[in-house]
Amino acid sequence: MDARDHLFRRDAGRMVATLTRVFGVHNLALVEDVVQDAFCRALEVWNFRGVPENPSAWLMATAKNRALDMLRRQRTARTFAPELGHLLSSEWTLAPVVEELFAPNAIKDDALRMMFSCCHPRLREEARVALILNILCGFSVDEVANAFVTSQAAIEKRIIRAKKVLAGSKHLFDVAVPADFAARRPAVLRALYLLFNEGYHGASRESAIRSELCHEAMRLMTILLEHPSGVAPASHALAALMCLNAARLPGRTDKAGSLRPLAEQDRSRWDRELIARGVKFLELSATGADLSEYHIEAAIASIHANAASTAETDWRSIVCLYDVLMAQHPSPVVALNRAIAVAQSESAERGLQEIAAISDRERLAEYPFYFAAQGELELTRGLRNEAKKHFRAALTLARNPMERRYYEQRLAACG
Amino acid sequence: MSEYLFLYRGAGPSGSPEQMQLVMQKWVAWFKDLGAKGHIKSPGHPLERAGKVVKGAGKAVHDGPFAEAKDVVGGYTLIEARDLDQAVELSKGYPVLERDGSVEVRPIQKIDM
Repeated sequence: MDARDHLFRRDAGRMVATLTRVFGVHNLALVEDVVQDAFCRALEVWNFRGVPENPSAWLMATAKNRALDMLRRQRTARTFAPELGHLLSSEWTLAPVVEELFAPNAIKDDALRMMFSCCHPRLREEARVALILNILCGFSVDEVANAFVTSQAAIEKRIIRAKKVLAGSKHLFDVAVPADFAARRPAVLRALYLLFNEGYHGASRESAIRSELCHEAMRLMTILLEHPSGVAPASHALAALMCLNAARLPGRTDKAGSLRPLAEQDRSRWDRELIARGVKFLELSATGADLSEYHIEAAIASIHANAASTAETDWRSIVCLYDVLMAQHPSPVVALNRAIAVAQSESAERGLQEIAAISDRERLAEYPFYFAAQGELELTRGLRNEAKKHFRAALTLARNPMERRYYEQRLAACG
Repeated sequence: MSEYLFLYRGAGPSGSPEQMQLVMQKWVAWFKDLGAKGHIKSPGHPLERAGKVVKGAGKAVHDGPFAEAKDVVGGYTLIEARDLDQAVELSKGYPVLERDGSVEVRPIQKIDM
């Protein structure tokens, strides 16, 4: 077993998803106890006897046995899954029903069911993402807080509150009703998009790129696309965006672990196979009238991914795509990215003009990249002192040692 | 070679799935290494955390042991080592040491008839 597999995290998510169907969503806390208990049981044996051939199957079987124990002990004191009602209350049906609930074809949709349940309309977007990470990806409160660079107390409060909403929803989301599925799908895509971005642009303390979060988002995306109702142009577009960006992760840092700007990245380190998959998804997404933000962002990412260098990049098309994105989803960050594309396609001066014209740019005041971008453009047009001023501002806002090192280097490059 | 009993004390597996996986991987690696070097006479067993304690001439039966989690014996292993010093050295790989656990190393008494 490889430490990088994060096997237990995934097993935890799987066990919680299946046990919740057995116990009912209102017993989420009990479910989490049973999962913890299954881990303890399994580990104590593995420590002495070694890890079995298929640890995931062993864990699931342990969880099933603990569930049976719990159902027998508590069936008079608690109500379990309302859908199963009396089937769990009689010893005649209990064991066969639980056996059936844990059968491979039955647990297939459990993760998807939980993913949709976590995107409850009464929850805010950031609460949905935190809940997915905690319940479905097996991240502890600490680990979620670490990934989001938020205090543990704040995340704990967010997760506890979200779990109350989830537990109060009485039923897990029913993935078998196509109309309900389609209605909640955008919220799920948005949560996966935010999860991926947190990893890709994440402001984590230890490293600028939390590839783990990207991988989790992509894993959940795969689960979504395996379901017939999960397939939609926007789903394919988001899958394309994830592949095309993740493919370039290996180039964003050099061998010493320092950040590399796009222009200086070693493009031979980009994952060609993943780029090809992204392009394939992008082709699949080009049906119907739906042009989502994921479509546009994926199209931009595909231009970058397929260009041999920044000089050979089709910046004019990128500017056009940002124009569409600005029309649909205007934001100062999108406007900043558009301005950088303008600078590449026309001139540094034009880029700086566009930055100065961003309507609500005071919202970028805490964003180090806003200052760094201006620093680069000033440096390009030879105004070293202006550039220095901007890089110094970026440096004070740097969110992790990696960023700090990078801005120090850029400051030094101003001479 | 002499035989020694390792008595493991400390709380059971806990923490996030990720943390549990890391501790388990350390444990399994340590055990594999001990085995490969011929130090494991018997891997032993984990013990349930609670049972009964029978005490005194009155043979009073109590639930227990009620000790702090870090003091409860969680399992045992029978080790072969050159001497007590080597056995102690071997015991230092017990991964729960880093989480406030302890391991008791006890020579099995030799009976000279």
